[in-house]
Amino acid sequence: MAKVIVVTSGKGGVGKTTSTAALGAALAQRGEKTVVVDFDVGLRNLDLVMGAERRVVYDLINVVQGDAKLTQALIRDKRLDTLHLLPASQTRDKDNLTAEGVEKVIDELRQSFDWIICDSPAGIERGATLAMRHADAAVVVTNPEVSSVRDSDRIIGLLDAKTKKAENGERMEKHLLLTRYDPARAERGDMLKVDDVLEILSIPLLGIIPESMDVLRASNLGAPVTINDAGCAPSLAYRDAARRLAGEQVPMTIPGERRGFINKLFGRRAA
Amino acid sequence: MSLFSFLNRRNTAPMARERLQVLLAHERAQVGHADLVGLLREEILAVIARHVQLDEDKVTVSTQRGENVSTLEVDIEIPATASVRAA
Repeated sequence: MAKVIVVTSGKGGVGKTTSTAALGAALAQRGEKTVVVDFDVGLRNLDLVMGAERRVVYDLINVVQGDAKLTQALIRDKRLDTLHLLPASQTRDKDNLTAEGVEKVIDELRQSFDWIICDSPAGIERGATLAMRHADAAVVVTNPEVSSVRDSDRIIGLLDAKTKKAENGERMEKHLLLTRYDPARAERGDMLKVDDVLEILSIPLLGIIPESMDVLRASNLGAPVTINDAGCAPSLAYRDAARRLAGEQVPMTIPGERRGFINKLFGRRAA
Repeated sequence: MSLFSFLNRRNTAPMARERLQVLLAHERAQVGHADLVGLLREEILAVIARHVQLDEDKVTVSTQRGENVSTLEVDIEIPATASVRAA
């Protein structure tokens, strides 16, 4: 059965697009049919991170408006047969995105994919609420930093109020993905620790992605980090997060962390 | 003072954590507060209006959040000429 995931954060620049690409590729590497959908109309970037920027012909708004069929707009990844991209429009007005139109596209995607990963724009405006509206679960991307945590708290409030699931009185499944985490700085007391962020936001932890050069390297090349270097620390962390998203029990670790701290985290129940 | 600032510089994360906890407790209460009052006002009005004719502008609903007790205040002005319907 298809599952729709929104990757959201409120604050910009925390790693929504990077995480969408990395999680999408990790799920596709499991052999599950996955599509990553860019909702950032006007400021699309998922195509660039995926390395498909020169292959975009039609986009989400073309499909919503009926100018193109869904199959015409979908771009199949050249490295992974199971991975697809539905790009956002670069030039058109974001008002062209309607709730009904988006619902139709999502319903159509549900017919042919196992995973539909929606990359939300930053902010709490219409684009962000449309991206989360039809989701079955949310991945809240947060940096261990005050403004990011505050904005994530707002987004969690919106997920519990403005989504279809919330309106139907159902519980929205939410997962915290802590990105750009630096264990050494946290240990020194210069960065919020995993437990601090978890205690403040009180949603289950999906994964901890370490701050790493490998992430920038991958986006420079136009490849999800999980494809570009499957063995690097952020890739391993994203792969574990994808497994937890799929319902597997995977012990939580911070790659590159000191052993004592790992033991402390070991056995923490994942999302 | 120099000792204090030295400690402060070494450990900024606890400050971040504390500031966030205070700020978010406040912000969550505010958001909840606004929604709750609007909802209560609407529903209380609907119930009263079933029995008494009233002027919507003459109804005020407010809540006050105290440390131990929160209060809900409903103030409804019923005009002397209002016809009271039997329940």
